[in-house]
Amino acid sequence: MKKQIPILITATVGTVLVLSVFFPPAKMLGEDFSLFFDIIAVFAFFLGGGNLVRVHFIKVYRRKSDWVYSVVTLVGFTMMLASGLFKLGGPPGISGSVTADGSYLNTMFIHIIAPLSSTMYALLAFFVASASYRAFRAKNREATILLIAAFVILLGRTPLGMMATGWVWESLSIFQIPNLAVWVMNVPNLAGQRSILIGVGLGVVAMSLRLILGMDRTYLGGDND
Amino acid sequence: MTNIGVIISMVFIFGGLLAIMIYSLRGKDIDRRIIFLFVFISVATSVIFNVEFKEYPTVIVKKVFDKIESLPPGSKVLISFDFDPAMKPEVFPMANAFVRHCLVKGHKIYLMTIWATGQALMNETVETVIKEEFPDAVYGEDYVTLGFKAGGVGVLNVIITDFRKMYPTDEHGTSLDSIPLFAEVKSAKDLDLVLPIGGGQPGPKEWILFIGDPGDVPIAPGLAAVVAPLIYPYYPKQAIGLLGGVKGAAEYESLLRQVYPQFQDVPAPALRMMGPQTMAHIVIMAFIVIGNITYFRSRRRGAE
Repeated sequence: MKKQIPILITATVGTVLVLSVFFPPAKMLGEDFSLFFDIIAVFAFFLGGGNLVRVHFIKVYRRKSDWVYSVVTLVGFTMMLASGLFKLGGPPGISGSVTADGSYLNTMFIHIIAPLSSTMYALLAFFVASASYRAFRAKNREATILLIAAFVILLGRTPLGMMATGWVWESLSIFQIPNLAVWVMNVPNLAGQRSILIGVGLGVVAMSLRLILGMDRTYLGGDND
Repeated sequence: MTNIGVIISMVFIFGGLLAIMIYSLRGKDIDRRIIFLFVFISVATSVIFNVEFKEYPTVIVKKVFDKIESLPPGSKVLISFDFDPAMKPEVFPMANAFVRHCLVKGHKIYLMTIWATGQALMNETVETVIKEEFPDAVYGEDYVTLGFKAGGVGVLNVIITDFRKMYPTDEHGTSLDSIPLFAEVKSAKDLDLVLPIGGGQPGPKEWILFIGDPGDVPIAPGLAAVVAPLIYPYYPKQAIGLLGGVKGAAEYESLLRQVYPQFQDVPAPALRMMGPQTMAHIVIMAFIVIGNITYFRSRRRGAE
């Protein structure tokens, strides 16, 4: 029963959602199932939060390696949760917004999380530079094409591209670097992306069918029996 | 003073790159910390001395601009803030530029997010752009904030048929039935344009698949640079145009300044960021050249 019920729910919901696209009478049911999904999705926050506390608490309790970072995680989590749940610093009451100006949650989000996240993302520039130095080498024909495409895109994504080739006649404007960059994105990239998308789409259909028919049960946790 | 600073920095950067290029003729790889140092100096210099370049808008960005321009005043435009603080520097300027453009054209804007992290950023736009630059804009009549709902694509799947099923109230708890902006809007199909901004999942791609296609609603996404190539397959039919990364945002800001001179003095963060980005690209290209010199020299020596 532990496996049959989830498989039955998956098969019913999956079938109705597919039918709702093709048969108008099933549309209302499809909408309701989408709504159920949104309600259930809210519980993922409880599960996620609970799991985060459990994992890091065990790490701190057992003094595992780098347990100090887990303390930071737990303190940060508790601070954010408390400021959001109790609406500290913000407008009180059930209708008071947790993201209102002056609330602790909003202040911590804007002044701590936002700059820290942006900083981490910005560090990518350094690694991209180092990786480009090592990876973009004209070792063979394919690598050379990749190298040229990278140069066109790098130049085309800056005003320098137009500064360098803006003088090219209008009739030959395709050879202006920004236009070449658009061509690279619009033709070779597009062809590759579309073929991947079609492949992924077919894969999704196959995978969905396996799930609906109960042939794939890995989502139930572990074995496939 | 600024010019002298820029000149000294450029001499240092390009002189240093030339010296490394000469060094690379020996066929030896350079330490990656040197690359980090040059990227740091080039970006820091551009930020400190405010190095700016003129932007030339591309067709794909112009199409988004022209679409908003061509809509009659009072058109219903939805802007979705589907991003987190990590993406903020890249895509937040797009959101603000879209809001400015829509309000100056007299469009009605609906703000929402399907990312939990998007709500605070959406409110930042309301506080810093709408309330400061458009004090006459009335909440509920000119703009409305729906806030965040969990569920990702499930949210989109519901609002395509009925907003009220997913959002019985706006962000502040006011019933949608008492908000004038929703008097003629039942579902996302009633919108004239959707501008999803983001770079993750769910994001602009899901807006195209779940709102644009089934609802026949024009979609013009604003994207983080890394995901822009993934959305090109949907252009020009399913996505009427798109803004990719800081460059796309800078082009849009530049168009906005050209057409509406009143925006000359409002902040244009993307235009400011193009200086550091351009310098970083130059340094990266220089190191690619250096890497190839090193490679060919070392291969030649190996052959000898």
